[in-house]
Amino acid sequence: MHPFMETQKEYLRDGLPQFRPGDTLRVNVRVREGDKERIQAFEGVCIARKHGGVHETFKVRKISGGVGVERTFPLHSPMLASIEVVRQGRVRRAKLYYLRNLRGKAARIRERRTARPGAK
Amino acid sequence: MSGIIGRKLGMTQIFDEAGTVVPVTVIQAGPCPVVQVRTAERDGYNAVQLGFGAQKDVRVNNAEKGHATKAGLDAAPAVLKEFRFEENAPEVGGTVTVEGFERGGRVKVTGVTKGRGFQGVVKRHGFGGGRASHGATRVHRAPGSIGAGTNPSRVIKGKRMPGHMGDAQQTVRNLLVAKIDAERNLLYVRGAVPGPVNGVVFIQKQ
Repeated sequence: MHPFMETQKEYLRDGLPQFRPGDTLRVNVRVREGDKERIQAFEGVCIARKHGGVHETFKVRKISGGVGVERTFPLHSPMLASIEVVRQGRVRRAKLYYLRNLRGKAARIRERRTARPGAK
Repeated sequence: MSGIIGRKLGMTQIFDEAGTVVPVTVIQAGPCPVVQVRTAERDGYNAVQLGFGAQKDVRVNNAEKGHATKAGLDAAPAVLKEFRFEENAPEVGGTVTVEGFERGGRVKVTGVTKGRGFQGVVKRHGFGGGRASHGATRVHRAPGSIGAGTNPSRVIKGKRMPGHMGDAQQTVRNLLVAKIDAERNLLYVRGAVPGPVNGVVFIQKQ
């Protein structure tokens, strides 16, 4: 392996769940307040993933108090305590930016059922 | 030890203790053998000559070969560079590694910038250019006036004009050493560094 790729390996996290755009995620973020640390959850639909090794990011969108909120997380950030896949969604594109123009019922996403029984 | 020779491997990002992303340039630096020591008595100044890499045998002439052999090296280094020092004179036969640097320290990095060929004033000097519309003809990226008229009836020296850009030595100062990987001889410097990937850079402590 090229020494440059080698340098990134140690920052890649393992044990991350598999998820795709359309899935509903619960992202547990470490929040530092003074010297205390607590975990805050951000739950919403993953609307995009930007690949690129150690700088891979994903966007999560939710509606909070009637206002759309999006957060972009670095996938390999140590600030993410964990990511839970709450619900798998079936969508037909990789970037779900069209959700920004939709509200309520129109912004629903069909659930994705695994095709083969017993498949992970 | 004040300096080291390295090769730019590319840019990436790392996470620091606080979990924030730090953009870094990864430099493969050293190990650099001390090829020669210059002293004030003999040469008029104090410096160490460091080597880096190995030159192919067919590209080495006898003078270079002899110079390397004298320093106890098997192959002639691809790069030779002198660094000034004030005290703690290193000796010929020793090596300089990234361990001489410390995390959190400040360095300056010298490299040869990417060659950009013949460029106009907008790219080369950041001129504003002309208007895109409103009747502008052939002046969109033109330099405009280059001086006064009959008096002085010449263009002042140093007037910034189109010409060759890049492929020139440049030094970026005050860069933070974000990480050191002594095992792999890697130096992680916060921010960008002049030159292309695989370009030779010189790193000096500040």
